Amino acid sequence: MTTSRFLFTLQLAFTLAVCAFLVVPVVLSMLAGLTANYLVGLSSGLTLRWVIEVWSGYRDTIFLSLGISVACLAVTLALGVPTAYLLARSRNRLARLIEELLVLPVAMPGLATALALIVTYGVYRGFRTSWTFILVGHVLFTLAFMVRSVLAVLSAIDLKTLEEGAASLGARFGQRFFHIVLPNCRNGILAGSLMVVTLSMGEFNMTWLLHTPYTKTLPVGLADAYASLRLEIGSAYTLIFFLMIIPLLLGLQALSRPRPSRFIPDDSDPTAENRP
Amino acid sequence: MIVLFLPTAVFFAAFFILPMCRLFLIGGQGAAGWAAYAAILTDANYFNALVATFGVAVATTAVTLAISGIAGVFLQRHKFPGNAALVALLTLPLAFPGVVIGFMVIMLAGRQGLIGMVTEALTGDRLVFAYSLAGLFMGYVYFSIPRTILTVMAATEKLDPRIEEAARSLGASPWRVVFDVIVPGLKPAFISAGAICFATAVGAFGTAFTLATRINVLPMVIYTEFTMSANISMAAALSFMLGAVTWVVLALARTAAGSTVAAAG
Amino acid sequence: MNPDPAKPLAIRLQSCAKTFDTGVRALEPMDLAIDAGETLVLLGPSGCGKTTTLRLIAGLERPDPGGKVFFDDREVTRESIEKRNVGMVFQSYALFPNMTVAENIGYGLRIRRVPAAGQRARVSEMLSMMRIEPLADRRVDQISGGQRQRVALARALAVQPRALLLDEPLTSLDAQLRETLRVEINLLLRRLGITTVYVTHDQTEAMALGDRIIVMSHGRVAQTGTPREIYHHPASAFVADFIGTMNRLPGELVGGRFQCACGSLPWSGGNGDIRELLFRPEDVRIADDGEDADLSGTVAAAFFVGDRTRVLVDAAGSQLVAESPARCTLQVGQAVRLRVDARGLLAL
Repeated sequence: MTTSRFLFTLQLAFTLAVCAFLVVPVVLSMLAGLTANYLVGLSSGLTLRWVIEVWSGYRDTIFLSLGISVACLAVTLALGVPTAYLLARSRNRLARLIEELLVLPVAMPGLATALALIVTYGVYRGFRTSWTFILVGHVLFTLAFMVRSVLAVLSAIDLKTLEEGAASLGARFGQRFFHIVLPNCRNGILAGSLMVVTLSMGEFNMTWLLHTPYTKTLPVGLADAYASLRLEIGSAYTLIFFLMIIPLLLGLQALSRPRPSRFIPDDSDPTAENRP
Repeated sequence: MIVLFLPTAVFFAAFFILPMCRLFLIGGQGAAGWAAYAAILTDANYFNALVATFGVAVATTAVTLAISGIAGVFLQRHKFPGNAALVALLTLPLAFPGVVIGFMVIMLAGRQGLIGMVTEALTGDRLVFAYSLAGLFMGYVYFSIPRTILTVMAATEKLDPRIEEAARSLGASPWRVVFDVIVPGLKPAFISAGAICFATAVGAFGTAFTLATRINVLPMVIYTEFTMSANISMAAALSFMLGAVTWVVLALARTAAGSTVAAAG
Repeated sequence: MNPDPAKPLAIRLQSCAKTFDTGVRALEPMDLAIDAGETLVLLGPSGCGKTTTLRLIAGLERPDPGGKVFFDDREVTRESIEKRNVGMVFQSYALFPNMTVAENIGYGLRIRRVPAAGQRARVSEMLSMMRIEPLADRRVDQISGGQRQRVALARALAVQPRALLLDEPLTSLDAQLRETLRVEINLLLRRLGITTVYVTHDQTEAMALGDRIIVMSHGRVAQTGTPREIYHHPASAFVADFIGTMNRLPGELVGGRFQCACGSLPWSGGNGDIRELLFRPEDVRIADDGEDADLSGTVAAAFFVGDRTRVLVDAAGSQLVAESPARCTLQVGQAVRLRVDARGLLAL
């Protein structure tokens, strides 16, 4: 075997090992949730018993997580898209500052953000015990991702000139925003949306401190289950979580795959343009 | 145009800036007063936790960069059937929450874990390390690999192959090309990804929480101060310091190379 | 194809200057008058202020206090571009990526709430005027650069603007295509009779398209005139060098002739203090043997460009550019004598 072939095989083996390291636990967890008795192993047979038990017992947390994710998406869209537009149009120091500010809740540990919210608003019992308290934390954490996703797309097109073009044809600001700006950041909005929903579904660091027994999300339920219940129940719970989050992650991957470039006809043949 | 930003500004001011200021103030209102902010260095307990946290984070960063460096460059440089599938698998755990990763660490290295069973079959001794810093380390490496690999692959794509060709035309062997051309070329990406890896590991909570409350890393200490000791001021001061450290590390990374942001943990 | 029924516009700028927020003074106070139906070209190197002037006319920028913009007799300084009804073609075309070609062209009509049938009719009129009917349903990234240019023009003209403003529309195209489109645009502008302001740094384009040219430099007007006036009577060294190639010969007037190191030239334009004479390459010829000649030198290089040969001649320290028929053969180092057409001689 030549050196380069040997190196290739070595690297391939290494990469496959890393892959296994990442994938095997996932598979293991999913299987454990379907095994009748984990201690005995697969020979005890596969069953949906645990999954059904989790579903009937913890349906509320699953729906709450879904609800909060959707609400989080709505809020980040309403707040994030106009902010991204503003940042795309003004490339000055204030814009840099705003970007830095938006990133702060992501840079800081979720614990700190949650603590801050509790010491400030914990007094208002109504707010404190409502799901909106958790929603606020999630929005703070995910807003930067929506803004960044939309901003990335808007920065890649010459937004200023496009808007000037529309303005030269008579379009006012509102018309420009809905006819030109929004349609052209569709991909950014889509990617940002998937990211926000995925992150919200999986958020734990903040939510653990923000939750109450009546406002438990899926990851919070998972932590409870791991601590106190049978391994199989925890695994079944994890299985349900994976089933919900893996399609979202696959969607994110599909969106970030580069698109094939289109063929542009040659300019050199002037008659070619008029051929159908 | 400022009107566009107004809702976001109001939201942020009310729910982030204001609370953070309050947190800062509360940090100085405890028994120790403003000295609480120095406690992270002066108190033995907290200092140990800090050292342990940094230690795990540094180890995680080093190992993750090494793994992602090799795998990332390999996958970016060699096109073969199944390449895309491998990349997809390696980046899938991108947004897994720390809790789930903690659970998977238990599945691998816990009392009934896979590793335990394998070692028992091989040596008769069951290896269980899930509930120690070693288990935490493994969990941190797990969620750091997907993020760093993406950064490494993106940076590898941007490497100019002509520089490597120039090195080879001057007689450099493949190893020399790696060390003299590729690694220096990827340095900004490594710095950026490494900083994010470090910052995320320092601030991670979910994994440590799942594995046990006995693990003495800073986020766990903060949590126990808050919930068990009801020592809000100390918890506030410590979490503020923790936040400051992660923010500084990430700011340094951003100035060194581009901009990326941590997620989950 | 209907001729444009809107009455063409006369545009006037009065004391318009522009200083940007960064402190950069892009335009010194200038007065400008454009006649209705005229095609005015703003020509100059980058940074000379030509695009700024265009944007002031369009309404994308406001002049510094004291500056005024008039459309016919109405002052429009305060009006933003949405209200001015000018058709604008940008250097990068600014076609909307999320719309088809037909939707792009019809956008201005959509804003003006023209009924759908009217929109369709006008759009197909523009498509056939620009000869791009087959492209109607294509997306913008599926068409070539030259096609995009035509779509941009069609979109600007669809709303029957009172003036057409073009910002270096041909710059991003290759040479061959530029020539073809230059001719097309010229014919189109003549036929429509619409007031046009055209910005370019390419002097060939300027001279081919403009009724009048304004040459600009460092935010100021260097010269205004018809293409012939600018070419044959440049007002300054800058204009002389910017437009075409200009030969310069230092020397002094002695008697009725201009004496220089490599020979002498006839001069009948007065006896002022003239240190330098200028003339174009096409006014210089390699003299045949036996012919009278004014200057002498040696061939430094010869460039065959297809329809003629450009010859670089070393003439006692000055380098002169002369033109020669394509089929002549000259050797480097060959001694040559030059005849200069006295009608082309200029002094600044």
